[in-house]
Parts: sequence; structure tokens; C-alpha cells
Amino acid sequence: MLPYALLLPQLVVVVAFFLWPALRAFREAFVQSNAFGIGERFAGLENFASGVWVSSYAHAAVVTLVLATITTVGSMALGLLLAVQVERVRKGQSIYRTLFLWTYAIPGAVAGSLWLFLFEPGIGPGARAFDALGAHWNAALNPTQALLLVAAIGIWQQSAFCFLFFTAGLQAIPRELHEAGALDGAGRTRTFWSITMPLLSPVTFYVLVMNVVYAVFGLFGIIDIVTQGGPGNSTTTLVYRLYVDAFQNADTTVAGAESIVLLAIVVGFTALQFRALRRRIHYR
Amino acid sequence: MSGSARSPWMRHVLLVLGAAVAALPLYLALVVASRPASALLDGVPVTPGSLLFANIGHVLREGLPDSPPVWRMLVNSLEMALGISLGKIVLSVPAAFAVVFFRFRGRMLAFWLIFVTLMLPIEVRFYPTYKVTADLGLLNSLPGLVLPLIASATATFLFRQFFLTLPPELADAARVDGCGPLRYLADVVLPLSKVNLAAIFVLEFIYGWNQYLWPLLVTTSPSQSTIVMGMKEMISAAQSFSVPEWNLVMAVALVALVPPVVVVVVMQRWFVKGLTAGIT
Repeated sequence: MLPYALLLPQLVVVVAFFLWPALRAFREAFVQSNAFGIGERFAGLENFASGVWVSSYAHAAVVTLVLATITTVGSMALGLLLAVQVERVRKGQSIYRTLFLWTYAIPGAVAGSLWLFLFEPGIGPGARAFDALGAHWNAALNPTQALLLVAAIGIWQQSAFCFLFFTAGLQAIPRELHEAGALDGAGRTRTFWSITMPLLSPVTFYVLVMNVVYAVFGLFGIIDIVTQGGPGNSTTTLVYRLYVDAFQNADTTVAGAESIVLLAIVVGFTALQFRALRRRIHYR
Repeated sequence: MSGSARSPWMRHVLLVLGAAVAALPLYLALVVASRPASALLDGVPVTPGSLLFANIGHVLREGLPDSPPVWRMLVNSLEMALGISLGKIVLSVPAAFAVVFFRFRGRMLAFWLIFVTLMLPIEVRFYPTYKVTADLGLLNSLPGLVLPLIASATATFLFRQFFLTLPPELADAARVDGCGPLRYLADVVLPLSKVNLAAIFVLEFIYGWNQYLWPLLVTTSPSQSTIVMGMKEMISAAQSFSVPEWNLVMAVALVALVPPVVVVVVMQRWFVKGLTAGIT
């Protein structure tokens, strides 16, 4: 009995706040109750099928995809560049590591607040710099600027995460491999692409997965502080859309359906991940 | 040597520049938080002023209009962060212990149930979870803030991995000495797990402190607001003044980011260990 008792608290939480809500969401998404809330019938895909909803939801999906791509590519490129450069210096490695790590610890909403001021039209130094360059800055009116601002904040935080993991990955590569490459006459660039990158692939894969998860689900605090999904719907991601539909429009039917879509994305994403893992990446 | 032939000197310039750019928003916050609001009308000064502690003291004591004093929010944040981090440890240590030291029916099922939580961050399940939390009458309460966030695959796996490295002779010796499993856990395993406990605590404390969406949904009474979720209200309050009180907003932002940043910088080794365990 003892092992069950030891597991019980955690499993109770998992069932109560993970499985039970998910099951309920499934039930509600495919069921429609009448105006009095009594009497239910199976609604199939009706809850998903309203034309207005589909087109605006597709827009949120595109925004999510664009933001996820920019944030992921930007963070990983920057994190890798900094990790490689720090690995190559002789002095001050640990100081640099601290200097490139701390932004990861900042709460997203607070990071959003700092950058909101930095790019506050007319006041913030960032906005004024753009104005001085002749590019009129107002992220509250310009969809492209709003999108880039959210992505930049995401990169500011998430590149620290990438930096940390690439650093750990680089440290795990035996020095002799680089020396062997050098002896064979491979230059630094060649060594990097032919030796370092392949050996980093498990870390790269993990960082990629975590970044996509962050960009798809984790940008909520930044968006809510900086743009509230606007201007228009230009920074409304799937998660932000669900928040608006559920808690501002109080549209329970649509919110239930959208929750199912998010769950489905997670399931699909996890399946992809397992396939990729089986194919070619070997964790130690 | 072919390829990039950068000198060490150039590399340091690049890195220092990068670090400076990363630190710019924080420096800006310091400058703004140390000035009167009126000093910002013609652009932000280059150097900090003398009002940093006055402004921080003001928001701590008084807060901004329509929001509780910031010290109250700090207490709320601390309660939530400690509740989440300690809760995760209290739940995952026994779970990992059970999975590693016992063979029993349903062991793999339990393992998978815990694994599922890894794929369901609160941002995915917040709407149905909110409804369950409301049905349980937990809105506006610490349990409502904490319980839905304290199942932890990360912590369970880290402890499991560490427990697997303990030599089996240790358990055998304990058994010979007539020491039951719970005493073995308390007297042998936990003292050996100090570093891992610290790593998980740091990691999950920051996770808890930085929560935004969930407290935004669960707490409706302003007196229960956490500092991170309170940022939005405080920003709009500050902007309602004829001269926007950005200096006070930045003072609050500094107060909100100092705990997690200091914890990460001071306990960097443990933080990194907790984060990268199992991957490298």
C-alpha cells in the first residue's frame, strides 16, 4: 500500500486539475445545451463551424505561427552565437554567463512593462530612436511594429534559455574532438559545422522544442501588457484569443472548442516529438 | 587558421556590447525609477537621479491609485511562489521515491500520468481548469492559486534520476538495520538530496513568482493581487495622470524583478543544474 500512498497526492492533483478539466472540455466542445441549460445533445463539429469564428481563428493561428517562428529562430541563433563566443574566450567566462542568463529570470509581464516604456511613442528612447531614423514608431497603431516588439521581448528572454543550454552542450563536447579536427586541417568554421553542430544536435532539438512551446503558449504575459492582442488582432495568438473569448466575451461554447484545439495542438506536437526522437536523436 | 579569424579582443568587444544591449532595458528602468515623473517629458535622462529609494518606498507603502500597496502584493507573490515551489517538492519527492524503490502494479501508469503534466502547461488548460477550480470553490484563495500548478513532471523526473544513482547497497544496509522505507527516505535519501532539493526549489520558486495568467484569472479581489499580475492595472493607473507616472511603474517593475533575478544570479549553479538536469 505504501507506494500508492506516496503517489496519491501528486496523482490527485493530476486527475483534478489536468485530466478532469481536459475530459470536461472534450464533452462540452461536442455538446450543445439549449437556452435553458437543460437538455443536451451531441453537436458534432457545430461548435467549431461558425464561419466568422473559423476565419478569425485562422488569423490567430497565423499570428501564433509567425511569432513562434521569429522568436524561436531569433532566440536560438542569438543564444548559440553567444554561447560559442563565450566558450572561446579565455577570461571572464563566468561573468559573461551571468550577464547573458539573468534576463531569463524576469517575469514575462515585467519584461513587457520595461519594453513598453522603452518603446512608448514620443517618450521611450527606443521609440525616439526609430523616429530619429525617420521610421515613425507607434506599436499601438502599426501591426508590424507590434508583432516585432512582442517577438523582440520574447527573444530578449528566451535567448538566455538557449544560451544556457548551448553552453552546457558545448561543455559536454570533449576537447580532443576539436583538436583532432584541427590536426586534420579543418578550419574553425569547418570544425564548427562538421563536429560541433552534429554533437550539439540533441541539445538543439530539446531547445527547439522548448522554444516552440514557449513561443506558442508562453508569450501571454508579454502580449497582455504590451499590445492586448492589438492593434486590430495583429498580435492575438491562439492562447490570447482563448483568454479574450472566455473571460472578456464570456462565450463558453467557443472557449470550450478553442481549448480543445489547444489540447489537440499539444497532442500533435508531442506525437511529432516522439517520432523525431525515435528516428535519429539519442539522449544519453 | 581559416574561418573566423577574430582576435580575442574583438570577441570581448562583441560580448560586452551584447551584454550591454541586454542590460539596457534594466538600466533604463533604474534611470526612470530614480527621477520625478516630470523629468521624463522631454525624453529620458542618461544618468540615474536621486529618487530611487523615495519612489520605491512610495510604491511599497502607497501603491498606485486603485491598487493595493506594493508590499501587500509582494507578500501575496511570496506566498504563491513558496506554495508552488514547496508544494512541488512535497508532491514529487514521495512520488519519485515510490517509482524508484518499489515495484507495484500500475507503476508505469502512474509514471505516464505524471509525464502528461509536462505537456499541459497552464496556458493550454486554463479555461477548463478555471471552471473546475471555480466548482471546487477555490477562487480567490491560496489553494486555488497553488494546487492547479503543483503537479510537476520536471521535479519528479529530476528526483527519480537522482534516486537511481544511489547505490542499492545503501537501501540494503538500511533494511538490515531494521529501517523502514519512510525512515530510509527521511534519514538517508533526503539528506543526500540537498543539492537537488536546492536546484528544484530555485527553479520552481521562479516559476511560481513569475506566474501571470493563472493569478489573473483566479484572484479578483485587489487585496490578493500578486505583483506580477498587478503590473497591468498599475500601468493604466500611472497613465491616467496628466503627467504619466512612469517612474512609479518602473519602481514597481524593479521590485517585481529583483527577487527572481537575485535568486538566479546568487544561486546560479543550482538553477543551471535544475534546468539542465536530464538533458546534458
